Amino acid sequence: MITFSERQLKTPKFMRPVYLVTAGQSKYARAIPEKRTEELCVDALTMAAELLGLTPAELKRYIHSCYYGHFADHFGDQLLGEAVIHDRLGLDPLGNIGIKSGGATGGSTLWEAAKAVASGYSDCVLAMGWERMDEVPTDEGNFLIASAADRDWESPMGQIYTGYYAVMAQKYWQVFGKAEASFRRTLAEISVKHHGYGRFNPFAHGGMEITVDDVLMSPLVADPLRALDCCLMSVGAACAVLCDEATAMELTKDTKNRPLRIWVTAGSHTLRPADRRNMDIPLLPNEAPDQYKDLAKEFPGGERYPGFTGFLAARMAAYYGYRMTGITDPTEDLDVIELHDAFTISDVQTYEDIGVRPYGRGRDYVESGDCYHTNPHTGKPGKLPSNLSGGLIGCMHAVGASGIMQVFEIATQLWGRWAEIHGDKKRWEEFGREKPEDWTDLQVKGAKRALSISHAGVGSHVTATILMDPDHLLKKDA
Amino acid sequence: MSSYGQVQVKNGRYKFRGDFHRLEQHMPIRDADNGWRLVGVTKPRDMTYVHTYGGEAEFFEALSQGKLLATKCDNPACESKGSIFQPFRIHCPDCLAKNVVIDMTDVAKKKATIHTFMVCARSGAFNMLDKPIRFINVEFEGVSTILFSYLLLGEPQIGMRVAPVFKRYNPTYTILDLSWVPAGTKAEELPEGYSF
Repeated sequence: MITFSERQLKTPKFMRPVYLVTAGQSKYARAIPEKRTEELCVDALTMAAELLGLTPAELKRYIHSCYYGHFADHFGDQLLGEAVIHDRLGLDPLGNIGIKSGGATGGSTLWEAAKAVASGYSDCVLAMGWERMDEVPTDEGNFLIASAADRDWESPMGQIYTGYYAVMAQKYWQVFGKAEASFRRTLAEISVKHHGYGRFNPFAHGGMEITVDDVLMSPLVADPLRALDCCLMSVGAACAVLCDEATAMELTKDTKNRPLRIWVTAGSHTLRPADRRNMDIPLLPNEAPDQYKDLAKEFPGGERYPGFTGFLAARMAAYYGYRMTGITDPTEDLDVIELHDAFTISDVQTYEDIGVRPYGRGRDYVESGDCYHTNPHTGKPGKLPSNLSGGLIGCMHAVGASGIMQVFEIATQLWGRWAEIHGDKKRWEEFGREKPEDWTDLQVKGAKRALSISHAGVGSHVTATILMDPDHLLKKDA
Repeated sequence: MSSYGQVQVKNGRYKFRGDFHRLEQHMPIRDADNGWRLVGVTKPRDMTYVHTYGGEAEFFEALSQGKLLATKCDNPACESKGSIFQPFRIHCPDCLAKNVVIDMTDVAKKKATIHTFMVCARSGAFNMLDKPIRFINVEFEGVSTILFSYLLLGEPQIGMRVAPVFKRYNPTYTILDLSWVPAGTKAEELPEGYSF
């Protein structure tokens, strides 16, 4: 569609409040040959129970239905893998369902889980996501990932998904980035930031202390993207437990996990970028009707929307999510965010799609220092820190788990438990990793509201998950 | 003696002939750092899928004949009436009426430009193209969408005029039978098997 009816633009509404009460995750790595996937899922659920001071058996007694995110059956070579996990978690005969939406699988899993609680079907649900990408050689892995593109019109061309994505990166690079060396350095700065934050995260496997020049000199993958501009390929599992208000209060009583209100919204766009048609930009609450009238003059080549420079699905997820929760300006209303940084340049594109900066101005979010935990220019807290986990570049991208990992991260921020969970030396040792001597506490002080964006490939599916401390809502009836 | 798997449709059903898979032994995976203990096994598999192009079959057949087909919504009640789709869409995405098929070979020869591109040095398994692959997205005047393809000769630039070439000799009957060259390229410069 290129025009929408009022019904299609209705602000979504949950029938009752939904709360996130706990979350957990396994270690992430490029390969984990010593563990089966279900062992990683048990690790994640056990951690979620421990954060509530419960045993897994005690937590399971609350769960009524289960939502499983696992994208690539062919990677795991197991159809109905959800049934295997469900059985190994000892949750039969509860109802369960598998959810797949490419890179957005984790976010979509939370979308389904939240709706199950909001509708009244369940009072407590498990959302669990995982991926196993270590059991084929890399070139066959690339072939399998390319199967997520159109099998007749795209996949035969090189069987390399990066190439299908990178044509969009090239367009953004030339139109909004104006192919400037300074913009290329800004992209590299994102990689330095995310690899750097990954160093302080014991779950992460992409932590590295690197420089902008290291990124610029890393092997070229698809110009202008280099190896260090790209996300990781990972194995691991993450989970979250969502409840209605009464169950949330009971489960979190006398624990450090404050129940957090959760909303999830979703948008979509064509699987093939080739099918995108020109349309008007759907405006977010912090954008004015005539804001983009001179966009093409300022950025020649930027005439088409979303063209190959933006992600309509991300814009729509934010469009619904902001109206649902009362967010008018994400930079002012939110305290911390996790974005789907599949590539450094897609991180910048998303800043614009979700209104952190207007279209064409995404780079300013990085260059101003607003995206950092501590602004490198002022030494003061960043205005809206992003990807303190390290993101997909510095922490992990175990596809079905990624969107849930992001929510785990922002939840630990809102619980004020980031340092306790990420700084625990025992956890570093258990994962066989050395805690850096300069380990830094990345807790965002006083964080009350947060957002994460889960994104599939070239933008076919995107979800926005919004968490808020219940005493700091922006809209009474949200 | 093995032979390639071949398929025909007869009486509305697939008829299979030849070998569609071959057997290989599983092999143990052992941990070289821990006393060669067993970790798992390899699971080799070689299969042939059968796939229908359905309503897009005429597009792929036409490529082997040197023609680029597109589709157009002709439904007078549709808000997108008159929209031309390339990639070829069987149904209009708005009204879902069946589109009419049009031959846009001449438009492609005269009015095609590169909207964006990517030169990619890597590929996945089973890639059939020479590397580096020069991916291009081709924009046509009067067409509402932008075709994904590859440049056979030359170096791509945004805004560059290009012309279609077809693999008419020994075609693959896939999207790889269509590629592009810079406008003005002469027929004798094309690799063997390709023609305008």
